[in-house]
Amino acid sequence: MAKVWVFAETTPEGEVDPAALEILTKAREIGDAEAVVLGPGATKAAEKLGEFGAATVYASDDEVYGDYVAQPATHALHSLIEEHSPDLVLFAMAYDSRDVAGRLSAKLGSTLMSNATDLIDENTARTAVFGGATLVDVKLEGSPKLVIFRPKSFEAAPSGGSADVVEVSVDIPDDLKKAKRVERHIEEATGPRLDQAPVVISGGRGLQEPGNFELLDQLAAAIGNAAVGGTRAVVDAGWVPYSYQIGQTGITVKPSVYLAIGISGATQHIVGMKGAKKIIAINKDEEAPIFQLADLGIVGDALKILPQLIEEVKTRKG
Amino acid sequence: MNIVVCVKHIPDPNLPAEMDGKTLKREGVQGVMDPGDEFGVEAGLQIKERLATGDGESGEGEVTLVSMGPAAAMEAVRRGLSMGADKGVLVSDDVLKGSDALATAKVLSAAIQKNGAFDLVIAGVESTDGYTGTLPGTLAEFLGVPHVSTVKEIVSADGGTLKVNRQTADGYHVVEVGLPAVISVTAGVNEPRYASFKGIMAAKKKPVEQLSLSDLDLSGDDVAVKQEVTELSKAEEREGGEIIEDDGSAAAKIADFLKEAKVI
Repeated sequence: MAKVWVFAETTPEGEVDPAALEILTKAREIGDAEAVVLGPGATKAAEKLGEFGAATVYASDDEVYGDYVAQPATHALHSLIEEHSPDLVLFAMAYDSRDVAGRLSAKLGSTLMSNATDLIDENTARTAVFGGATLVDVKLEGSPKLVIFRPKSFEAAPSGGSADVVEVSVDIPDDLKKAKRVERHIEEATGPRLDQAPVVISGGRGLQEPGNFELLDQLAAAIGNAAVGGTRAVVDAGWVPYSYQIGQTGITVKPSVYLAIGISGATQHIVGMKGAKKIIAINKDEEAPIFQLADLGIVGDALKILPQLIEEVKTRKG
Repeated sequence: MNIVVCVKHIPDPNLPAEMDGKTLKREGVQGVMDPGDEFGVEAGLQIKERLATGDGESGEGEVTLVSMGPAAAMEAVRRGLSMGADKGVLVSDDVLKGSDALATAKVLSAAIQKNGAFDLVIAGVESTDGYTGTLPGTLAEFLGVPHVSTVKEIVSADGGTLKVNRQTADGYHVVEVGLPAVISVTAGVNEPRYASFKGIMAAKKKPVEQLSLSDLDLSGDDVAVKQEVTELSKAEEREGGEIIEDDGSAAAKIADFLKEAKVI
């Protein structure tokens, strides 16, 4: 059996990045799954990783991994790889993981496959191009083989197992402590997280002006358990913060229902939402590509329909 | 401060992409400088200008564009020069066709080192055609320097340290990084300037060094493509649903749909 490692990110409270659990679920199907988690919260996170199938978790709560960007984690992961020789090391497409994976690729001389959406076997990963219309299977190379997966590529399922937690103690040289986090800012969001909400309401340029996003907030409040997102176009235009962005760059969502309001359906956006169970689209242009994906498509004026919809939802909820 | 900005020539993202066998078709296709790289060039120019007007450090130093690509990539380099960069380096070699991110990072790092001492290397977060997003990290490791990715604001720069705001999933972190370093910048970092007519004319006279692989003391083996595409297939298509023209009843129809999906 191949030894398959998953590099997991954690919050200081020990909350594991959900994408790491998804990948771990797949990893244990392909081989013997183990995990590496570095930084404050790691030991607590290790328990959860065990529940999702990691037989062994290499963990360190050392603050050095949280205080300094990428280099200490890369150094530690590299020395763990030299010691234990995994066949594959899998990462989630998350900010820190992507940085560590990139650096590791140079250290190991292994090609890194990015944006994968499936792991076919221990030697082959799959990605999707052209807005997901074409699937590309890639033969992995290197020792170990390195792959980064898009979030929500797999469904996380607990294995009922528990992990042996091995404490990592690797000396981090001072010259790897040059990029220091000096402040952390969290943009407070109300309501459920975009990537976890059962309903996502997303706005594009078709909303015409930033003030009209207020209608999406009102609809979200009426539905309850709904989150509001946007396209790259409206984020780049400064209408909503970057944390709203759904798409290739940004967040991937797979809600029960996705409402695309005034969104034409550019490839960059579609890859981030096409996994939704049901898609509703409202757009003035009947030729908009988004209609090809829609379970219910409305050709019409979103600004006229939204106030009516808010009332209809309220009525039905009583 | 000597600043290097990585720029990439890509097939025009506004035109439909085509495959050439098992890789993206790049030759004989209308190309442009990756729109994401405009932010990198602008960031480099702004840092240079800021230092030039500040006290202490003079405006000495240059903004150099470094690119790897076919001969047509000269267009991307000229575009960056017309925005105001001082000079360019273009690495072109037939062997590099179809290079993966690892080989690309190796070549860029060799080209940057050959260009001379640098304080800062700037790249886009990810290319618009390949969007792996890993190149800045791989490049930094080859150069042996720290890197900070997804920079959305450059707070301050002095000779030895750069202070930036780095985008995170739920906000941002303020990061101080000792130079030399690599950063990748998002589209929110600045408003790229337009190239003026004067800038375009001046760009034609600015020096661009053209290098082959052997100029960098690299061999074909060093950059061999290791990643092999084994199969292409069509994804299962989503079945289209009902499309209706709004006649005043659309809102009720959507509400019914939400009810049926059990989300209200």
